[in-house]
Amino acid sequence: MNLTLKVWRQKNPSDKGGFKDYTLSGISSDMSFLEMLDVLNEDLSEKGDDPVHFDHDCREGICGMCSLYINGQPHGPTQTTTCQLHMRSFKDGDTITIEPWRASSFPIIKDLVVDRSSFDRIIQSGGYVSVNTGGVPDANEIPIPKIIADEAFDSATCIGCGACVAACKNASAMLFVSAKISQLALLPQGKVEKRGRAEKMVAQMDDEGFGACTNTGACSAECPKGIDLSNIARMNREYFAASLSTEEH
Amino acid sequence: MKLDSKIPNGPLAEKWTNHKFNVKLVNPANKRKYNIIVVGTGLAGASAAASLAELGYNVQAFCFQDSPRRAHSIAAQGGINAAKNYQNDGDSVYRLFYDTIKGGDYRSREGNVYRLAQVSVNIIDQCVAQGVPFAREYGGLLANRSFGGAQVSRTFYARGQTGQQLLLGAYSALSRQVANGKVKLYPRTEMMDVVTIDGKAKGIVTRNLITGAIESHSGDAVLLCTGGYGNVFFLSTNAMGSNVTAAWRAHKKGAYFSNPCYTQIHPTCIPVSGDHQSKLTLMSESLRNDGRVWVPKTIPTAEKLRKKEIAPKDIKDEDRDYYLETKYPSFGNLVPRDVASRNAKYVCDEGRGVNETGEAVFLDFRDAILRDGEDAVRGKYGNLFDMYEKITGENPYKTPMKIYPAVHYTMGGLWVDYNLMTNVPGLYALGEANFSDHGANRLGASALMQGLADGYFVIPYTLGDYLASHPNGKISVDHPEFKKCEDEVKAKVQQLLTINGNKTVDHFHKKLGKIMWNYCGMARNAAGLTKAKEMIKELKKEFWSDVKVLGTGEELNLSLEKAHRVADFLELGELMVVDALHREESCGGHFRDEHQTPEGEALRDDENFAYVAAWEFAGEGKEEVLNKEELVFENVKLTQRSYK
Ligand SMILES: Cc1cc2nc3c(=O)[nH]c(=O)nc-3n(C[C@H](O)[C@H](O)[C@H](O)COP(=O)(O)OP(=O)(O)OC[C@H]3O[C@@H](n4cnc5c(N)ncnc54)[C@H](O)[C@@H]3O)c2cc1C
Ligand code: SF4
Ligand code: FES
Repeated sequence: MNLTLKVWRQKNPSDKGGFKDYTLSGISSDMSFLEMLDVLNEDLSEKGDDPVHFDHDCREGICGMCSLYINGQPHGPTQTTTCQLHMRSFKDGDTITIEPWRASSFPIIKDLVVDRSSFDRIIQSGGYVSVNTGGVPDANEIPIPKIIADEAFDSATCIGCGACVAACKNASAMLFVSAKISQLALLPQGKVEKRGRAEKMVAQMDDEGFGACTNTGACSAECPKGIDLSNIARMNREYFAASLSTEEH
Repeated sequence: MKLDSKIPNGPLAEKWTNHKFNVKLVNPANKRKYNIIVVGTGLAGASAAASLAELGYNVQAFCFQDSPRRAHSIAAQGGINAAKNYQNDGDSVYRLFYDTIKGGDYRSREGNVYRLAQVSVNIIDQCVAQGVPFAREYGGLLANRSFGGAQVSRTFYARGQTGQQLLLGAYSALSRQVANGKVKLYPRTEMMDVVTIDGKAKGIVTRNLITGAIESHSGDAVLLCTGGYGNVFFLSTNAMGSNVTAAWRAHKKGAYFSNPCYTQIHPTCIPVSGDHQSKLTLMSESLRNDGRVWVPKTIPTAEKLRKKEIAPKDIKDEDRDYYLETKYPSFGNLVPRDVASRNAKYVCDEGRGVNETGEAVFLDFRDAILRDGEDAVRGKYGNLFDMYEKITGENPYKTPMKIYPAVHYTMGGLWVDYNLMTNVPGLYALGEANFSDHGANRLGASALMQGLADGYFVIPYTLGDYLASHPNGKISVDHPEFKKCEDEVKAKVQQLLTINGNKTVDHFHKKLGKIMWNYCGMARNAAGLTKAKEMIKELKKEFWSDVKVLGTGEELNLSLEKAHRVADFLELGELMVVDALHREESCGGHFRDEHQTPEGEALRDDENFAYVAAWEFAGEGKEEVLNKEELVFENVKLTQRSYK
């Protein structure tokens, strides 16, 4: 099929940036979206033009490295990651607009590549169980009801891609943060520190400049892993419980 | 040079315990004076960095992705083995050891493999304590499944996302140490070379992938946890960025590279759909429990299928060849990975492949659906069927899946001794980057186990032994060796940018991949390998005179990054071919047409080849030198594998 692409090009963080149009022909509907961009980049390189820079690695929907705001939707029209999006979701003659994630906490590095290290710093602020290697109990010592384990797993599948932030008009990171808080709060291993964890992670999220949550649900609707809004509710509970509690945490 | 594996003396079951007692320790107050460089944040690197920091060492951790959480380990699906024997089905440390040695076709070290089986049980405890949500039974205890032909259920899993959950566990431990100030992270940073001073590893030179800055980092030891090199084939199930650069540069600084020709080809992957394809997707091996593998009996029928004149369902049972079931009546569709892969290649080479490219066989669930109902099949494989449909646009409940083998894992890697140290003092290799535990073939669910064993439970002990006898000497990065190394790296960047030829980096990578796949893939022979060696040499020459790398060195430049990696793959590819050519036997993932039993099975030559090949770099343009580490088997008896 033949396509017109409107791609955001920006040389570096201080460059103003702008859209550039490209036309592509002979795209097969079996290609993945990123393979379509590979074709564009091979074309550009052959002509001596700088290829379009975008992040990607696993191309299996699991590493969370790919991003892209496609026709006004993070990861494009289907609820998957961009690397799992296939060209059969588009029609011959379509015009496709491709932008980076837009959020002040995800500054643009070049073209479609953004800096998501704020997510790492949020995890560093408390997204773990404080155990050292060795000296832990046998894995079967604490039974965990299957439904609890499954629920924790559902929260744990977040890939840290940042689509939730890109989808939100306030650029809130609540879905990402709440998924980690929920996973650990549900499991006996993580419960011990749950209050302090919620406080610290929320504080870090605010420090990074992410916006407030106004419950529009856009994040969960665009999340490629289907992380549920109930995570945000649980996080709010943990957070308020923490602020009321006088215990040391 | 005599290779000393440093396997401790004494009975197999006591080696590791005795060794831990005998190694030297670094006093707790001194640990903070040592700087440890960890390259890679996959399972091996993240677990090592976190554990060492907890002990008190200062750690610098590097990865090329934007976050340590995105290392390729994240993509592992099936599970992780451990000899817990929770199922009471007869598993034990000894059985896991035995299965691994046998599965590796008797080309690995008894001592290392036994230790791996021993510490496997601690891994599961550790991960659960971190909050890894493994699958559980209704009673609340951990669930297991059997995997990769094992006769016991010892695989722990977290749906089809085990690697993700384990890596996020290790990443959380790492993040905690970053917060404690014990680990400094360097994401989007590529290691370009190892720096040795007086023969010992003392640091690395890196390129900041955002600014292009070439920088030096000094340390008392360097740990390479940089993963496998399957992307030498261009198409593989590895992540796009997986590369050999770190290991290869270390090799050129003196570290031996072992058994590079041992590659694992996974039988159940989604076939290549065209020239645009950038990577291949693995479909879990568990599908072979219920799917039946077949191709048409005759070439004309296959041709009609390929031209879409007929559909699979139009082919009657008597015209189908369920070739695995006929050839291997007792194992049927469940033969090991290498056997299943090779047979798919044979039927496709005969012209009986079933998709447009002729390189696919059917994996058919028709009979399972008739027997158990569609719901039962959906219950077991629903997510895999969905993934298949997403990628191919075909519904596997209605029409058989098409599969074909793909490169998946590399057993070869940097040579290391029992302490995981390469032959360069102070330089270590962990995880898929080393060669040590899987011999000529890796069992399913054992790579995750090895990566975490190395990082959580082996290196924290063995590293101290080296450091204790090497007083920390904070070496300044102004040392001439660092400057020299930086200059070499800068010169290489400049060289790549100034060739300004006509062909893109991918053009060369694809060509190399085709050569490797055709001549050094599932089946190899002397004529093909000899030819491949020449072809690679030619391609390398062409690369260095005609590659086009755009942009500058002082910015984010994806084609420059790739050019470095492909340049190293070209050199590695040649060594793989040399290794495959020299190993005049078939074993595990290495199948030489000349060496097979009358039934077409791999034929080992234990008398002449029961050794680890450790290749030594001899200088640019020179043939590499072969060193041998003889493998000693004191506990298991070597037998021929048979799956008839
Ligand atoms: C699709 C798939 C499914 C799999 N499923 C299973 C399974 O079910 N069970 C199992 O046991 N195994 C499985 N494996 C194998 C297993 O995932 C890998 O062998 C294992 O995760 C490798 O871990 P690692 O820590 O050694 O390396 P990796 O996870 O590959 O990490 C490498 C690290 O090194 C860094 N790095 C590399 N080069 C450089 C450089 N030059 N400079 C700086 N940093 C660098 C990277 O950034 C990364 O952080 C699977 C593999 C694939 C491809
Ligand atoms: S919550 Fe969903 S959208 Fe947000 S980072 Fe996680 S996976 Fe991505
Ligand atoms: S590239 Fe890994 S999730 Fe898309």
